[in-house]
Amino acid sequence: MAEASLEAFAFAGGVASQLGIAVEALLIGADAASLADECAAHGAATVHHVVDAAITDYGPDAHGAAVAAAAGALSPSALVASGSDRGNEVLAYAAAELDLPFVANCLEVKTADDWEMTRVQWGGSLNEDARLTSSLPILSVAPHGVETAEPVAGATATVQPLDVALPESVTATMIQDRIVLSEGVTLATAPVVVGGGRGVGSAEGFEVLEALAAKLGGVVGCSRAVTNNGWRPHSDQVGQTGTRIAPQLYIACGISGAIQHWVGAKAAKKILAINTDPAANMVVKADYAIIGDLFDVVPAITES
Amino acid sequence: MRVLVCVKRVPAPGAKINITDDGQAVDATNLGHTMSPHEECALELAVQLIEAHGGESHVLTLGTAEADEQCRWAASIGIGKATLVEVDSMDWDPQRTSRALTESVRAIEAADGAFDVIIFGNESADTGGYQVGIRTARALGRPMVNAIKGVEVSEDGATLEARRETDNGFEVYRLPIPCAIGVKEGITWPRYPTMRGRLASKKLAVDSVSSDAAPGGQAKIRLNRPEEKVSETIVLGEGPEAAARAVELLKELGLWSEGVAS
Ligand SMILES: Cc1cc2nc3c(=O)[nH]c(=O)nc-3n(C[C@H](O)[C@H](O)[C@H](O)COP(=O)(O)OP(=O)(O)OC[C@H]3O[C@@H](n4cnc5c(N)ncnc54)[C@H](O)[C@@H]3O)c2cc1C
Ligand SMILES: Nc1ncnc2c1ncn2[C@@H]1O[C@H](COP(=O)(O)O)[C@@H](O)[C@H]1O
Repeated sequence: MAEASLEAFAFAGGVASQLGIAVEALLIGADAASLADECAAHGAATVHHVVDAAITDYGPDAHGAAVAAAAGALSPSALVASGSDRGNEVLAYAAAELDLPFVANCLEVKTADDWEMTRVQWGGSLNEDARLTSSLPILSVAPHGVETAEPVAGATATVQPLDVALPESVTATMIQDRIVLSEGVTLATAPVVVGGGRGVGSAEGFEVLEALAAKLGGVVGCSRAVTNNGWRPHSDQVGQTGTRIAPQLYIACGISGAIQHWVGAKAAKKILAINTDPAANMVVKADYAIIGDLFDVVPAITES
Repeated sequence: MRVLVCVKRVPAPGAKINITDDGQAVDATNLGHTMSPHEECALELAVQLIEAHGGESHVLTLGTAEADEQCRWAASIGIGKATLVEVDSMDWDPQRTSRALTESVRAIEAADGAFDVIIFGNESADTGGYQVGIRTARALGRPMVNAIKGVEVSEDGATLEARRETDNGFEVYRLPIPCAIGVKEGITWPRYPTMRGRLASKKLAVDSVSSDAAPGGQAKIRLNRPEEKVSETIVLGEGPEAAARAVELLKELGLWSEGVAS
């Protein structure tokens, strides 16, 4: 199960214990049944499994409609999913179908007559306290926003089939194909990310970062200043409108550490900033720093 | 082909985002305003689609009277028409916003003809609710996929192929036109306005409309700055001499093995 789903389980566990009820899991699609025991290990007392002829792959409309139908059939006290691309999309579809509010990217929730939650704004740069008035709270969990729990060893679940009878129209948004480009480590999952900012100065300048990343089995990331200049593709961008990374170590070279970049990098376990400016935000917020020109420092590390 | 883009006016914060004393808004004193980078790319995509297929592009925004500026920005890069749903606060919740946008799209379509493609940002820059596009598209009966980073319209104009980035490549969706998509920054490279574009934007007639859409169930209480983990920065040194300490650190973190390095 994806880390984001474990976060959703941890968050749902918190909601359920406030309400004094159990967590139940919803699995969608024929393949998903294999996750039942893992759901139980993360706290699901019951696992519901939707199989429907319309669900041949992932499709936001189909999955959203399945969630909405499940809400109708099971009358839950709340719906929780991960705040991933898919999680937010599926809950938005389900909420639209049910004509209910949906609060994306929550960090905490207080359940009372009107629920209150803390959620992220500006991609994590700010938090918002919000009040929710709804017959069925629908919440997603901010990525990297909550601690996951250890699985309970040996837990098993009984799987309850759930019939949802989806209309044919939901298939319009089903995945039709996949294009596989690389099987290697990605920005989102790499153990080490070597990031470059405007301080790298050019596309060619990234060669020194590539060399260090290669030595460490990591990948190169960058700031928006870099993608705006066309030095790296946008898929390398870390931050609010790029990728959120969570490596063991983020080495940020020539990056000032603007809040919109920082929110994409802050889930790194450790951060090493390399910058000529000792007062740069990135240096001040980092765990470790080297003050100096990245073109002197980075090759020296690689050669060591 | 007719293409609609929905954008939201937001403050353009610097390296830090400050909050007003009452905790109700981003302190925009001395700040300009902009839209999400996703939405800038959405506008560029609309202009490119019209360049390739002919037709008309339209920008729609719900905001205060000042959002006129974002309509004109859109016109300056080549968007043809603009509608502003004028409201007296930027605090409309996602359900209310999408109800108003839906009404407005229906009115525009009744007057000018149906849109083939409606483009949203993946999420707004400030409130980031991840839903206004999906709610609106669904209310209009258009299939919609979010998080799109590549599109292609089929030669017969009947299908829009939309690609979403994954860990190792792309997922491909084929949406029957008319449809809607939510796009991410990187799908296009927004152009800068030309002198001619700037002049055209001054002449743009922004159609200002009002809405009495009912509020939804989510309401802001206040904004806060997230607690930062405070860590004292350990300075490993200055210049290339610090490399040895960096290697020690990598070893300490278990990230430096001779196996990987060789
Ligand atoms: C809505 C919104 C979303 C955004 N999303 C993102 C996002 O996803 N990701 C993102 O990164 N930004 C994002 N931004 C932009 C962000 O605000 C900053 O503009 C950007 O991060 C700055 O990039 P930078 O640090 O590379 O450049 P700068 O701020 O210019 O910093 C360059 C740094 O390099 C240092 N330097 C220069 N030369 C050297 C050298 N030779 N050796 C070592 N150090 C050197 C300088 O001291 C400086 O600290 C967003 C902005 C907005 C408004
Ligand atoms: N006030 C608004 N006016 C026009 N479009 C909006 C508005 N709010 C949100 N949108 C559109 O919906 C997308 C998703 O917004 P959100 O649900 O707030 O994350 C944005 O990127 C815009 O394209």
